Amino acid sequence: MALVLNEDQQLLKDSAQSFCQQLAPVSLLRRLRDSKDETGFDRDVWKQMVDLGWAGMAIPEAYGGYGFGYGGLGVVLEETGRTLVSSPLISTVLLAATAINELGSEEQKQELLPKIVAGELLVALALDENSSHAPSRIGTKAEKSGDGFILSGAKTFVLDGHVAQKLIVVARSSGEIDSRQGLSLFLVDAGLEGIAISRTHMVDCRNAAKIEFSQVEVAADALLGEVDAGFDGLDKVLDIARIGLAAEMLGSIQEVFERILDFLKTREQFGILIGSFQGLQHRAATMYSEIELCKSVVRAALAGLDDSGKSRQDIAELASIAKAKLSEVFFEVSNEGIQMHGGIGMTDEFDIGFFLKRARVAQHFLGDASFHRDRYASLNNF
Amino acid sequence: MQSLEKFQKSTREWLQANCPESMRTAMVAEEVVWGGRNASFKNPDSKLWLERMAARGWTCPTWPAEYGGGGLNKEEAIILNQELRRINARVALTSFGISMLGPVLLESGSVDQIMEHIPKIVAGEIRWCQGYSEPGSGSDLASLSTRAELHGDTYTINGSKVWTSYADQADWIFCLVRTDFDVPKHAGISFILFDMASPGISTKPIQLISGGSPFCETFFDDVKVPERNLVGRLNEGWSIAKRLLQHERTMISSFGLSSGQSDRGGTTSMLASIERAAMHYRGDTDRLSDAVLRDRIAQFKIDSAAFAYTSQRSIEESKQGQGPNATSSMLKNYGCELNKRRYELLMQALGSQGLGWEGDGFDSDELQVTRQWLRSKANSIEGGTSEIQLNIIAKRVLGLPDIMSAGKAQGSK
Ligand SMILES: Cc1cc2nc3c(=O)[nH]c(=O)nc-3n(C[C@H](O)[C@H](O)[C@H](O)COP(=O)(O)OP(=O)(O)OC[C@H]3O[C@@H](n4cnc5c(N)ncnc54)[C@H](O)[C@@H]3O)c2cc1C
Repeated sequence: MALVLNEDQQLLKDSAQSFCQQLAPVSLLRRLRDSKDETGFDRDVWKQMVDLGWAGMAIPEAYGGYGFGYGGLGVVLEETGRTLVSSPLISTVLLAATAINELGSEEQKQELLPKIVAGELLVALALDENSSHAPSRIGTKAEKSGDGFILSGAKTFVLDGHVAQKLIVVARSSGEIDSRQGLSLFLVDAGLEGIAISRTHMVDCRNAAKIEFSQVEVAADALLGEVDAGFDGLDKVLDIARIGLAAEMLGSIQEVFERILDFLKTREQFGILIGSFQGLQHRAATMYSEIELCKSVVRAALAGLDDSGKSRQDIAELASIAKAKLSEVFFEVSNEGIQMHGGIGMTDEFDIGFFLKRARVAQHFLGDASFHRDRYASLNNF
Repeated sequence: MQSLEKFQKSTREWLQANCPESMRTAMVAEEVVWGGRNASFKNPDSKLWLERMAARGWTCPTWPAEYGGGGLNKEEAIILNQELRRINARVALTSFGISMLGPVLLESGSVDQIMEHIPKIVAGEIRWCQGYSEPGSGSDLASLSTRAELHGDTYTINGSKVWTSYADQADWIFCLVRTDFDVPKHAGISFILFDMASPGISTKPIQLISGGSPFCETFFDDVKVPERNLVGRLNEGWSIAKRLLQHERTMISSFGLSSGQSDRGGTTSMLASIERAAMHYRGDTDRLSDAVLRDRIAQFKIDSAAFAYTSQRSIEESKQGQGPNATSSMLKNYGCELNKRRYELLMQALGSQGLGWEGDGFDSDELQVTRQWLRSKANSIEGGTSEIQLNIIAKRVLGLPDIMSAGKAQGSK
């Protein structure tokens, strides 16, 4: 397994880096926040990201994508993580496009994936119903009605739910709550009658929505994948997204750490640079070590996604290793980011707080460290 | 590519034909092969395995073939390693000659020194020990005061070393000595090799908390050493010494890998699956009933996997033949802390069956866990303490200011 970037990935990384630094720096997120932007991301910047091919990075060429694999999407996400770019990259590209690509019929793929690649379509995944991630704890009902289904229930923390044109809804078509059997996925227009979407303002300034479904009638062709048998496919999609998210977190973590190092090398107290103090040096060295582990894990997981020899079990383990590890380290590093900057770290004017806020959300999203340690233990039969 | 595939095929075939069956089982502490003049082989297969591997130079796969090494390039060495692991082959030869002295001798030794010592390291004929630490010089190694004075073409060495692992069993020593007392401490150190059978050397074993006595106090009383045994230039031994430490740390870091089993890393089969051991002792069948322990083991395994990927990445990133760099401190530190965590978890898994010292009531695996748990505490001390590794990372990798550099400029005691 290659744990170092190949030449193409390195070039992609360099270009993504200069794009994000120049056109989507942290100040962009600040501006969106301060102007209470309706969309929550900058549509012009998103258009340019689409022009660079980022929306089609991991989508097969047969559906208009660029076939760069998840390794390619991963390096882009790492760079967007460095500047905390708010965009549909996670909701539409990493989650929804992956779901369509993995679970959709040939027709669905032909119809929808090219539109996502072209930036014409935003899709959100409506999954969680409770305050903690639990992909099989689904109470939203899908009742058979004629040829179609009727959806009713409520979803929370739906990323980009308020701007998406389509929603992928995870619903229970049979079985008890918490059962992995009986889940079905539906691809529906967000504007259907009975769907009520309310935007929630999240601490990291990105967008999410709470969505209610009251007796929403959907046609049979809205099904994404098989009826009642949606969990396994969903789980795989989530694993891919967890790994992509870990790549984004890796970028943010490295950025915070570099900002800490800069500060340690410029701020003086007691007549010397604060980076001279061993109490801080050892904490910095410990963070460095943890970050090196994070890099390896993310590379291994992305390479695993592009390696057809990996089993479903391998990918599940890699995803949980990556998401657990990155969640822990992002927590540590973002907290040290505040502490090591002293008072200035607490000011809104200074960017470091944005990283702490993002860290909290990213840690939680798609399962936090304890979720993934529990899952890892179960995957390993203990 | 093609030639690598061929190499893999022929390697696999050779191992299949030449690795004795008993060498494909988990290593047991008494059967670790250290070589040397007085080498003893508890299991005769160990001797056979060593001879076969040494004949191909595969005890030191990447060392030049002209000096007895395997002459493999990086890719081939990775394949050899994979193939060895595939059949769960034991390490044929463990020695400080391989992991510490050899690499720096190849870099800094004279041709004569290389010709004299390297083939014997490959073959396991000579066992080496490391004479670095002294009673007054541990972390501050450069303050060492064992002295070597030149008279004619012979050095006379006086002083003492401490914590010298296996000094009582080693044939030769690589040793740091002070050859100039009137310059800053780092500038007056030389790196020298000599035979432990030389007159004037005595050793005294020290017992560890784990009960074993793997290391010694070592005394030098007018020991005569030929001038030609000095490695590198006079008074320039410090850079060789530090380079050797990088190799040592890379070796020690492998204790963090579950496959990195040596006498220092641990050999019990229970290490392979702490969770199975925990479930076994609790009578659990499909899920570990202690939820906190379960979470900790999962966290440990996740960190172990992340560390294994990191070791692998550092090999992939290193340039052919360049060897370790300052990141060896990171790997050493993390690997050692992981190994300590591994034993703490194993102790928790075993409960009171992990608390025996000797005698009846405990099987040999259990008793080994107790002893190795204690032994593992040294991992973060030997080869430079964890605190020193963090200092090195801070200064050499992160470029943070060196508050001690002022002290360094002063002369040694
Ligand atoms: C099992 C074992 C085998 C060994 N084998 C060998 C061998 O074969 N050959 C050999 O030469 N040596 C060997 N050693 C010695 C080992 O290298 C030293 O013990 C080690 O370098 C620490 O030195 P010290 O024991 O004098 O501790 P000290 O240097 O006195 O350290 C005491 C404490 O102070 C801390 N400390 C010291 N300086 C600093 C600093 N600048 N910043 C922060 N904290 C600091 C240390 O981290 C430690 O926690 C072995 C040790 C052990 C335990």
